[in-house]
Amino acid sequence: MSETTAGVVFIAAMIAALAATYRPLGDHIFRVVTRERHNRVERGLYKAMGVRPDAEQRWTGYARSVLAFSALSLVLLYLLQRLQGSLPLGNGFGGVEPGLAWNTAVSFTTNTNWQAYSGESTMGIVVQAAGLSVQNFVSAAVGIAVAVALVRGFARKATDKLGNFWVDLTRVTLWVLLPIASVAAVALVAGGVVQNLADFTTAQTATGGDQTLTGGLIATQEAIKNLGTNGGGPFNANASHPFENPTSWTNFILVYLILCIPFSMPRVFGRMAGDDRQGYAIAAVMGVIAIVSTGLVVGFESFANGTVPQAVAAAMEGKEVRFGVADSGVFAAATTLTSTGSVNSFHDSFTSFGGGVLMLNMMLGEVAPGGVGAGLYGLLVLAVITVFIAGLMVGRTPEYLRKKIGAREIKLASLYFLVTPALLLIGLAASLAVPANLESMQDSGPHGLSEMVYAFASASNNNGSAFAGFGANTPWFNTVLGLCMLFGRLLPIVLVLALAGSLAKQRPVPATAGTFPTHKPLFVGMVVGVTIVLVALTFLPVLALGPLADGLQ
Amino acid sequence: MSSMATVAPKAGNGLLDPKQWAKSAPAALRKLDPRLMWRNPVMFIVELGAVFTTALALADPSLFAWTITVWLWLTVLFANAAEAIAEDRGKAQADSLRKAKTDTLARRLADQDPDIDSPRVATVEVPAPDLRRGDLVLVEAGQTIPGDGDVVTGIASVDESAITGESAPVIRESGGDRCAVMGGTRVLSDWIVVRITAEPGKSFLDRMIALVEGSERRKTPNEIALNILLAAMTIIFVLAVVTMQPAAIFSKDHMAAAPDTAVLDGNGVTGIVLVSLLVCLIPTTIGALLSAIGIAGMDRLVQRNVLAMSGRAVEAAGDVDTLLLDKTGTVTYGNRRASSFLAVPGIGARALADAAQLSSLADETPEGRSVVVYAKEAYGLRERPKGELAGATWVEFTAQTRMSGVDIEEHGSVHRVRKGAAASVIAWVRANGGDPNPRVDDLVDQVSREGGTPLVVAEHQEGEPARVLGVVYLKDVVKEGMAERFALLRSMGIRTVMVTGDNPRTAKAIAAEAGVDDFLAEAKPEDKMALIKREQEAGRMVAMTGDGTNDAPALAAADVGVAMNTGTSAAKEAGNMIDLDSDPTKLIEIVGIGKQLLMTRGALTTFSIANDIAKYFAIIPAIFAVIYPGLDALNIMRLASPESAIVSAVVFNAIVIVALVPLALKGVAYRPGPASSLLRRNLLVYGLGGIVTPFIGIKLIDLVVSLIPGMA
Repeated sequence: MSETTAGVVFIAAMIAALAATYRPLGDHIFRVVTRERHNRVERGLYKAMGVRPDAEQRWTGYARSVLAFSALSLVLLYLLQRLQGSLPLGNGFGGVEPGLAWNTAVSFTTNTNWQAYSGESTMGIVVQAAGLSVQNFVSAAVGIAVAVALVRGFARKATDKLGNFWVDLTRVTLWVLLPIASVAAVALVAGGVVQNLADFTTAQTATGGDQTLTGGLIATQEAIKNLGTNGGGPFNANASHPFENPTSWTNFILVYLILCIPFSMPRVFGRMAGDDRQGYAIAAVMGVIAIVSTGLVVGFESFANGTVPQAVAAAMEGKEVRFGVADSGVFAAATTLTSTGSVNSFHDSFTSFGGGVLMLNMMLGEVAPGGVGAGLYGLLVLAVITVFIAGLMVGRTPEYLRKKIGAREIKLASLYFLVTPALLLIGLAASLAVPANLESMQDSGPHGLSEMVYAFASASNNNGSAFAGFGANTPWFNTVLGLCMLFGRLLPIVLVLALAGSLAKQRPVPATAGTFPTHKPLFVGMVVGVTIVLVALTFLPVLALGPLADGLQ
Repeated sequence: MSSMATVAPKAGNGLLDPKQWAKSAPAALRKLDPRLMWRNPVMFIVELGAVFTTALALADPSLFAWTITVWLWLTVLFANAAEAIAEDRGKAQADSLRKAKTDTLARRLADQDPDIDSPRVATVEVPAPDLRRGDLVLVEAGQTIPGDGDVVTGIASVDESAITGESAPVIRESGGDRCAVMGGTRVLSDWIVVRITAEPGKSFLDRMIALVEGSERRKTPNEIALNILLAAMTIIFVLAVVTMQPAAIFSKDHMAAAPDTAVLDGNGVTGIVLVSLLVCLIPTTIGALLSAIGIAGMDRLVQRNVLAMSGRAVEAAGDVDTLLLDKTGTVTYGNRRASSFLAVPGIGARALADAAQLSSLADETPEGRSVVVYAKEAYGLRERPKGELAGATWVEFTAQTRMSGVDIEEHGSVHRVRKGAAASVIAWVRANGGDPNPRVDDLVDQVSREGGTPLVVAEHQEGEPARVLGVVYLKDVVKEGMAERFALLRSMGIRTVMVTGDNPRTAKAIAAEAGVDDFLAEAKPEDKMALIKREQEAGRMVAMTGDGTNDAPALAAADVGVAMNTGTSAAKEAGNMIDLDSDPTKLIEIVGIGKQLLMTRGALTTFSIANDIAKYFAIIPAIFAVIYPGLDALNIMRLASPESAIVSAVVFNAIVIVALVPLALKGVAYRPGPASSLLRRNLLVYGLGGIVTPFIGIKLIDLVVSLIPGMA
């Protein structure tokens, strides 16, 4: 099978698999978050947490809970790393130094999973399992909970209640993430992914040298790291490591896990809003951007110019031979289109344009389909802005899902879409202005700049992947990228919840023939257009000096 | 329909007339004051940029630097001039209005007693501005009414052309719904006593002047929201441009061999170019025209003789979901007229005509008048002045009782005659011991089925049971072309509800003929109010017209309440718009104007944003192709040189403001239709047009600019 055929088959099979799960998975999440009654397991947990499950929260209360939960997670994860040396099952690793521990704690609680360290030589089993894996579940659940709260804002009328964060968090973890991750882990073990509690094995290599093979609970971590669009793997090589992702088959499972929840969230939105067509429209926006982007990445990698790529008919540097260009390209697109950031190939080695598209995927705010929950709320904010601009053109005060988009809504949506570009651009400019930081670049000129742009795009948008050559483990980058991750996650969440609160208070406006239709292809096209013109073009200057200059030389 | 007496320049005429631009130049310069510019963040940034490039050009003069600087100042001035032109058009109207507001001397009644029989009473001369609410003034033929008020005594013909532009005089008289007079209008015949209802400086004339001059202009909700979005976009572009600098320095450093140019040197992108890029990217087109669009929207309303009390009301008109239309005057021609008397068996036609006339003398409504007129035309019954009948107690028509009549005391016994809505009169007959003739129901049904309005006439001689005499047939004629207009409104999602005092059957027949969506029959003011409340609770926005005092609560409750100028002061106070022509049909036009205002804003915003694509492709390669020649591939317009590319983008950006001023003032083409087709059309014209136009425009300007020595 040629690379092109392989790519087409892979993408077509993926689209079919995602389309098949859109309704059942979306409906399942819908039932989980809207069920009235609490079952016994839940009640037990609420009692243990001291939560009154039927006490619904206002947006402020919801936001406070999210922030408190994130702060607590951050502190616990930080302490766990610092105290690793004194804990059992540390695999002999000592405590993690403060700057890195802060960076990693922020990274995992914000669903970013930027890894400034090498997993197998820094974190033992206890930190991996009790710290990082737990965050892989709950940080993903936080994203879904916030998205659900926003949708409640659209769906509810004349109320200030948005649901209960602790209930949403518990249910999403228990009934969405855990079951799927469990099934996925079994499938991955069956596909050859390692899962053991054994000590490290030392093996003799063919050349006679010693190699330490670190095992661990790889399959379980692999499942949730992708399902929860987290991305932080147990190995530095991430999903290109054969213990994490041994075959094309496991590769397909991983990409599917990355995309399945984000692509099903629009269904949850449609169901909750009482109009399935609205969900299809949002899914269509995600689909259009994702397909174009994936096509571009695979295309640039397959038809790369250059002596070596021409000789092997594709750009194979940094890609695993067992995956080839198509599997690597699709994985890279999927991981940057969502907030995952796990990799099965090295993005630094992609062609300039291919790497540029990966950066652009993140710069769009990761909305196609985006991180679990985060993708949906990000895209809904863009839809609100689109509705505002387009809605005026039909001669009415703009409405989305029968809620008026007035000054307050626009203020919150505008602030939302300011946050990540501001973090990215200010962080990048500040870093470039300090000469010592330039030493973190592996390459000089445009490619070096791309590495740094990529780092800030990844951190600000909570992606977590990197251009591998970039030396991010310095005090400056640990701190600044940590701040980008923290603000890039929490500020948008607070703004989204405020938007939800403001929408929930409104009485719905009746839909008439004069209402701007938000379920038709025209609207889908407009959201795509607004995303590209208002968001993507903002980054054209840096992209021109980075990947474009690199590729057009 | 009349037009304003004032000769305001019509929208679209001579807008690109250089004379008009020259005239607005002083105002445009005055508006450069940063304290005024600050209110428009987008253009304020452009002004700051212009100040910055001026300083740079002074420090290091070059043709390029000065060209950019001049065009940046022109960009700001064009924006200010657009606003000034919009305001000028309002001022022209205000000036001619002011002429009506001469310093009249009012003749205040010395003893403030309205009950006078002749104008020969003691008065005190007071300057009009000193009049207070509640003062009684006497106005005789040839004199100007000193302030807004209600006629409390007398009847007069009044020339209101100064305000309404309508040259035919109107009758104003005490009582009823034709009692309101406006300051600045002139009494042509007879005399009246007017009770002043407006405090000085708060009259319609004052408000109208303030409104058209734009001095009372406050930002409307949608305008505020749009401003926030534009400010956010401005911030993001400021960030994009500012943060580009370190990356540019880094890149220039990397390619140190590349020559320094006027665009990029060792210190990074030059200040002139950074400002140029920023100004081209921020939404200047809509930023420059936003306030002109708002002023022009208000102006379009004034040109149609409608006074809106706030911009908010105009915007609300665009959002209306339900139109409450009074049947009379809107759906049907003017007034219903009596067209026959149908007596019940046993009653002579002449007796019925006589009773009908008698009971209508106290009914000042046009229908009541038409009964008297018809009785004279068909039966030769002379109209009896009210004072002629001794011992008569007149029962006036009210919207609550829906009956009028008279009680005449003769020889110690009272003879009572009533005429009114069928249900009310029949109830009255029953209450007075009568048993209505069964034929009455047939007659009422017959009239109703034919779309007419039946009025029942009954009498009651003291000591005997009351009895029904017959039915007056009032005929209603539906206006032509209304069905098509209602269908258009329906396609836009606007529901029309016809409001009428008719019984349900009559209402249904007329509603079906006129093609309205729904009707409210036998409507009392409370019913109208309840309907508005119901609609609003379902989230709908309601617009209505009204003129009577009892319409006031509903006018106040409606989102858009248009009071008729002929209406009472109470009605005018309650509404948020006043139609000087008193034409209820205009409600439909008002909705159109509101929609057009919002559409114009949306269209120009879309255009402005879409323009950015071409500007990126003009400027980014111009800046960086020197260090990375490969980036010249982005120069898809093949612009001659970096300098000419940047100048062309800046010039295009300025010129597009001038080119779009007529559109901003006239509003985008508005054809009623469903939202999806409006969107498709506007998106094609302003979205796609906004993408393509600058590619062509910048290229054409570049062809010219590149001819200038030193630019190519």
